[in-house]
Amino acid sequence: MTARRRRPHRPRTPLTRSTARWLDNRLGAAGFARKALDKVFPDHWSFYLGEIALWSFVVLLLTGVYLTMFFEASTQEVVYRGSYEALRGVEMSKAYESALDLSFEVRAGLVMRQIHHWAALVFVAATTVHLARVFFTGAFRRPRELNWMVGVTLLILAIVEGFAGYSLVDDQLSGTGLRIAYNIAISIPVAGTWLASLFFGGEFPGDQTINRLFVIHILLLPAVIATVIGVHLAILVRQKHTQFPGPGRREDNVVGERVWPTFAAKGLGMFFLTGAVLSLLGGVFQINPIWLYGPYRPADVSSASQPDWYMGWLDGALRLMPNWEIRAWGFEIPNPFFPGVLLPGITFTLLFLWPFLEARFTKDREPHHLLDRPRDRPLRTALGVSTMTFYTVLFFAGASDVLAITFDLSVNRVFLILRVLLFGLPPLSGWLAFRLCKELQVWDRPGASEEATVPGVRAPTSGEEVRREIAPEDEREEPASAGVPRR
Amino acid sequence: MRARDTRGEAFVAGAFIISIVAALGLAVVYIAGGQTQLEGVFLFLALGGIGVGLVAWAKRFMPAGEETEERGRLESTEEEVAAFTADFEAGERLLGRRSLLVKLAVGAFGALGLALLFPVRSLGPRPGRGLKTTAYAQGPIRVVTEDGRFVRPAELAEGGLATVWPEGHRASAEAPTLLLRVDERELDLPDDKMEGTVDGIVAYSKLCTHTGCPVGLYQQAEKLLLCPCHQSTFDVLDGARPVFGPAARPLPQLPLGVDDEGYLIATGDFDGPVGGGFWDRER
Repeated sequence: MTARRRRPHRPRTPLTRSTARWLDNRLGAAGFARKALDKVFPDHWSFYLGEIALWSFVVLLLTGVYLTMFFEASTQEVVYRGSYEALRGVEMSKAYESALDLSFEVRAGLVMRQIHHWAALVFVAATTVHLARVFFTGAFRRPRELNWMVGVTLLILAIVEGFAGYSLVDDQLSGTGLRIAYNIAISIPVAGTWLASLFFGGEFPGDQTINRLFVIHILLLPAVIATVIGVHLAILVRQKHTQFPGPGRREDNVVGERVWPTFAAKGLGMFFLTGAVLSLLGGVFQINPIWLYGPYRPADVSSASQPDWYMGWLDGALRLMPNWEIRAWGFEIPNPFFPGVLLPGITFTLLFLWPFLEARFTKDREPHHLLDRPRDRPLRTALGVSTMTFYTVLFFAGASDVLAITFDLSVNRVFLILRVLLFGLPPLSGWLAFRLCKELQVWDRPGASEEATVPGVRAPTSGEEVRREIAPEDEREEPASAGVPRR
Repeated sequence: MRARDTRGEAFVAGAFIISIVAALGLAVVYIAGGQTQLEGVFLFLALGGIGVGLVAWAKRFMPAGEETEERGRLESTEEEVAAFTADFEAGERLLGRRSLLVKLAVGAFGALGLALLFPVRSLGPRPGRGLKTTAYAQGPIRVVTEDGRFVRPAELAEGGLATVWPEGHRASAEAPTLLLRVDERELDLPDDKMEGTVDGIVAYSKLCTHTGCPVGLYQQAEKLLLCPCHQSTFDVLDGARPVFGPAARPLPQLPLGVDDEGYLIATGDFDGPVGGGFWDRER
């Protein structure tokens, strides 16, 4: 009875399916989409570093849009009447007032601002560590020189974007940082004063500065960074990811997990985990407490003024540079030019050119899709470690005053120690890294006995090992290039 | 095997449940008036629950990394390159036949590009002399403290220090000035600079000659001014000569005098451009 009343059975297609069909009828996307689902990504913990940077950027966009709803990039002078007692009645710019208001008056505003700030710190940090991973594993070699350069561009953009962001707030600390930036700008030979005037809209501080930084920070650079990230990922997809050597892994294949569902689930999971950690940092760990710094007054400065971490090496270089200037015929190249413009210029130029410099040095211009283990390239690893040591010493020099207080030393003594370390530590750490690589190579060798790891005992055990030790670079050529497809 | 599966599923399910509960908690905290730390913790749990759930799900129940894909070749085949080149050159020949038009088009692009550069000029004024002068240049002018009071020489005790501005320019970022009173006999200045002091009161620009930070720390015993930004140190008695750190030039001195009513005045501008150096500073 009931069966007869029922309408003839028609299998209902779920809405998602019918939407997909609708789209495919108009775009013919099934073939492309299937290729995307089946794409294989190699799996290694270090491959997630870049992903952390990417997801931090997404968190930056989400929290940043929220903050933009409340922030007012105006230098107009107002008297604070908000709920933070200590600053009530103080004259300040509207920019600083609105930053205080979104921290204290807007519900969930402070957690958003702190997540935003932490995300910026992590964004640059993850980008830097990702760059180090790519460097130490040789992932920048042909055909990925292009994407290496795109990545270095992203690092520079991230640093500038971060600086523009924390300079917006117009508190005492950010104003001091901007003044230093202005003075570095005018230190550029010939064009410096013009560039500074065009950027700041006149002399420092200029009533245009905050507004221009705002446009750069919320519109220009985010759009550029998003585009460059898109290019970075597009090249990655086109060239397919590198992989570490292992069973079944060759130069001409990719072994890993397919996008659907494993890689997609892990990648999305990474986004939520990154967001989770940034939320915990932003909620529980205070960052950039602008209300303690007070509004920017050009004649004031607090001691222990440290910038965000990624500017630390530049601040340290400004401090450690001896007080040399070049003056001739009434013209001069002021001191800040050398640590403030020349050093970053050389740093990023060398970073850009590194894939080509290494190719020239090793004469290796073959494509590589299998990664190096850092220990198998002791020279490159040593160079990387020693370079990182150099910039780490500069980073600590950025806190020379804090170090002097912490260790109860005179500032003069701290400078002396740091200058010695700046040139002494890099060779030392490089040499140590080189030795460590060599020891690890011995450790790796099948049948390596315990005593083989003890220096001095190893050499006489076999002539073969001694030969390896002297010429590991040449030796690596053979297995590496064996699997390279040739035309 | 089965038990392990069940436990694995329970773990993932637990993570998602924590996320749901935390999300609800987040909403409750917001409605109750908001609390930064709780918001952070609940957001951490809500996002982290989903993250852990997804990753654990992938690790336990999804195909692990043993799929293989051929890389294929990146570069085009010679035939593809040849075909592309042929097509491109065919178009190029078509264009080349109208060489005058090509040249004019390039000229038009160039001219337009050049013309569009001019609006950049609107972004800021010509640097000019602004960097070399301050509000003190307008002649004898009283100095005022931050709260707007004029200063009598006697108000500044020996060893004392005050920050002053030219009258009517208290917000000026380029003119903050340090008044320091030292023992006149200890001052080691050339005669013409000595004339710019009043009863042992000497005035220097407060802006460091390195990167323009206010030189705000005064070691009274040694008569040293210290910049907190990069630790440049200046000797007050010796014309604010840099004695330590990256600064290479002394702080410019402001010539002081006393007007008819007994207040401190600046008789002219600083003896050099204030703040960090620049290309044509001495021109």
